[in-house]
Amino acid sequence: MGLFILRRLGVMILTALCLTFIVFWLTNLAPNLEKLAKTQGNARMSDEAVVSWLGNRGYSQPLPVKYGQWLGVLPGYVIEGTDGETRARCTTPGQPIEEASSFCGILQGDWGFSTVFKDEVSTIVGTRLGLTGKLMLAVMLVMVPGALIIGVLAGMREGSRTDRSLSTVSIVTTATPEYVSGVILIAALATKAFIEWDTIPFKGTATAAMDDANFENFFLPVITIALYGMGYIARMTRASMTEVMTAQYIRTARLKGVSFPKIVLKHALRNALIAPFTVIMLQFPWLLNGVVIVETLFNYKGFGWVLVQAAGNNDIELLLGVSIVSVFVVLITQLISDIGYVFLNPRIRIS
Amino acid sequence: MEPLTWTGAVGAFLNPIFAIVVGLFVIALIAQLVLGFFAPAVTLQANPDGTLAGRGGALGATETASKYLFLAVIALILVYLIAPMILPYGMVGIVGEMSQRFLPVWIALIITFTVSIIYKRKMGLYGKLFDSTVGMIGFGIVMFWVFTAFFVGAFDWIATHDYLSQVSGLKNKTPGVAVPEGTVGDIPHYLLGGDNLARDIFSRVVSGSTFVIAIAPLATIFAFMVGITLGLPAGYYGGLLDTVLSFLANLILAFPVILLFYLLVTPEIVLTGIPSYMAAVLFVFPIIFFGVLLNSRYYTQPQKRTAILVPVLGILGWLYLSVINQKGTVINFLPEWMDLFDITILVVFVSVVFVNAPTVFRIVRGLTLDLRTRDYVAAAQTRGEGAWYIMLWEILPNARGPLIVDFCLRIGYTTILLGTLGFFGLGLSSESPDWGSTINEGRKLLLIYAHPALPPAVALLSLVLGLNLLADGLREESLKD
Repeated sequence: MGLFILRRLGVMILTALCLTFIVFWLTNLAPNLEKLAKTQGNARMSDEAVVSWLGNRGYSQPLPVKYGQWLGVLPGYVIEGTDGETRARCTTPGQPIEEASSFCGILQGDWGFSTVFKDEVSTIVGTRLGLTGKLMLAVMLVMVPGALIIGVLAGMREGSRTDRSLSTVSIVTTATPEYVSGVILIAALATKAFIEWDTIPFKGTATAAMDDANFENFFLPVITIALYGMGYIARMTRASMTEVMTAQYIRTARLKGVSFPKIVLKHALRNALIAPFTVIMLQFPWLLNGVVIVETLFNYKGFGWVLVQAAGNNDIELLLGVSIVSVFVVLITQLISDIGYVFLNPRIRIS
Repeated sequence: MEPLTWTGAVGAFLNPIFAIVVGLFVIALIAQLVLGFFAPAVTLQANPDGTLAGRGGALGATETASKYLFLAVIALILVYLIAPMILPYGMVGIVGEMSQRFLPVWIALIITFTVSIIYKRKMGLYGKLFDSTVGMIGFGIVMFWVFTAFFVGAFDWIATHDYLSQVSGLKNKTPGVAVPEGTVGDIPHYLLGGDNLARDIFSRVVSGSTFVIAIAPLATIFAFMVGITLGLPAGYYGGLLDTVLSFLANLILAFPVILLFYLLVTPEIVLTGIPSYMAAVLFVFPIIFFGVLLNSRYYTQPQKRTAILVPVLGILGWLYLSVINQKGTVINFLPEWMDLFDITILVVFVSVVFVNAPTVFRIVRGLTLDLRTRDYVAAAQTRGEGAWYIMLWEILPNARGPLIVDFCLRIGYTTILLGTLGFFGLGLSSESPDWGSTINEGRKLLLIYAHPALPPAVALLSLVLGLNLLADGLREESLKD
């Protein structure tokens, strides 16, 4: 077991290194840097000025060196620029170069400075993650119980009418991406297009929910994300439930004369929930997609919104920070799902 | 011209009837669902005289009622759809005129279904699809959009106006608005209203279907070629090859899709030529696939093999070169006359293939791991067949069931991805009529004008739903044997 976790951790760290390197490479491509120089320096810079601007700020170093510095395993650059000014990677404004530490990167907790928000990347990512965490928590609270109930109800009597209608519902929700269900829900519930009476029940924007989330402004974004994931989890739960319901021990219980609700709750449910656990954990990366779409659509300024802003405005350091967080969220949920699966499933745990 | 109402003059007396019937149907459905929880499971009673009797009582009554009410609803919908073909223009309002515009699609659908149902026993898995209601509904919806895309793209039939032309005064106008005198177009109304640039929404949506129907299946096919060509050897040989390829696949899968799109589909990245290089790598897989497929089959008859392989590879190679070769990018070496087409959205295409291929790889690898232990593989190995022959001609045909089902699902997923790209305005021009971009245009004023965003949203939803239902039907039918 210990060895298994260690091996998984090793693969995870290797994956994280590869992924961050790819992101670093893609964000540090020449046209991106040129755009950065022109937005930060002067929009009408000549090509030579761009080259020297980038050179003075350490952008012209070889890619692996830059990556090492950004990661914090190589000492930060100290460059005497063509304009006579000496710049170092690790100085804060106003600090003399001699006092600056030699290593500053992600590992040292120095995430860089956002050019769009004019703030430390770590602060931005922290606050925005908090907001998105609130959204995610609400989504989970709606999605997981909803999906499990639908799946168990559908799966306990395979082929029944309940099964068919609930399965159709889950197919419909998996076929509705967030930007479609969001638009339809807003149009139907937050505008006057279909509503006859005077007050509109929901708000089509969730900006107010950042400080004060209530049912009126938070319901639509939550349900929009929850719906897309719900169908998939429900289908997995249904499949696992139908499989369990045909097992020998269920038949034994029925033959003993145990009542049907008792069989479902006591004998089937626990065994049927192992597979959906993995699926729920693996839904996190998908939820991340949903979060980006929904936060853009509802103007909820959380983590997904920051991702769009950073990518759209060529904010390299912020984009890198956001990428790291999202890649780690994905990898850690994969790890938890692997370990959790082993823990939950006695057949694997004992062998 | 008077603006059109939703259902016109016919609707004035048909709508109340329709509302009552639908209301009754919904009540019957709910009653049936609630009663279904309490009533005993469905049983047939054998009577002493040898006949069977269905279950009566309240549940039985609601079942019969809901069945007839459902038929009545369908009949009324058919009246709305068929009546405008006979009645003069505008009598059945917007619904009627839309149905009228889709006339070629209806005819094509009826022909397809009649022919397929008559000959369904002779057509293998495709024929079996017509045994499952869910599969038939899904197939119907998918074919509806396929025919729409075909008729719009090939004959310019269904769209009423030019999807790019702006008519002054029709900005954000509600559905059924009349266009000013002298506007070019087949009918004097904007059936679904105008968008925020005063363009006809109906025409944009049906034109957008051409984009989706052309790109999504093609991108999925490419993803399958890549996934199959890499997944078969990974599962068959195992070992280091498998470890490396699986690691790479997991690497791509661990990327949040939207982040990948934002990194790959930007004008700056296009400048560096990365999409062109990726296209050059990804699009070579179909050539490898077909080359190996044919070679492994015919290598014992060298003359026949050469006769088949040379033209196939020649044509594929030419297509490959003209796909990757584009003016204004890093790969631009082909003389003008050889370059068959210019794909302006190569970057969109490449990134969608790139995102889909690892999942296909994992599925194919898993199936191969399972199938390589079968007896027919052992038999082929004993015969001394080559590894690629076994993979492509023994394992692959036996893995076709799950792959076909996944193919349908994956087209739906690709449609969603294309919509996502459009929604974020990545890689596609804002004038493009594809559904994602149209939703993106519409959502900006969604709280004031809801009508421009809804039709493309519903269109996308219906196509993906159709593909999912189709996949469900196929899965059910392929599990039956």
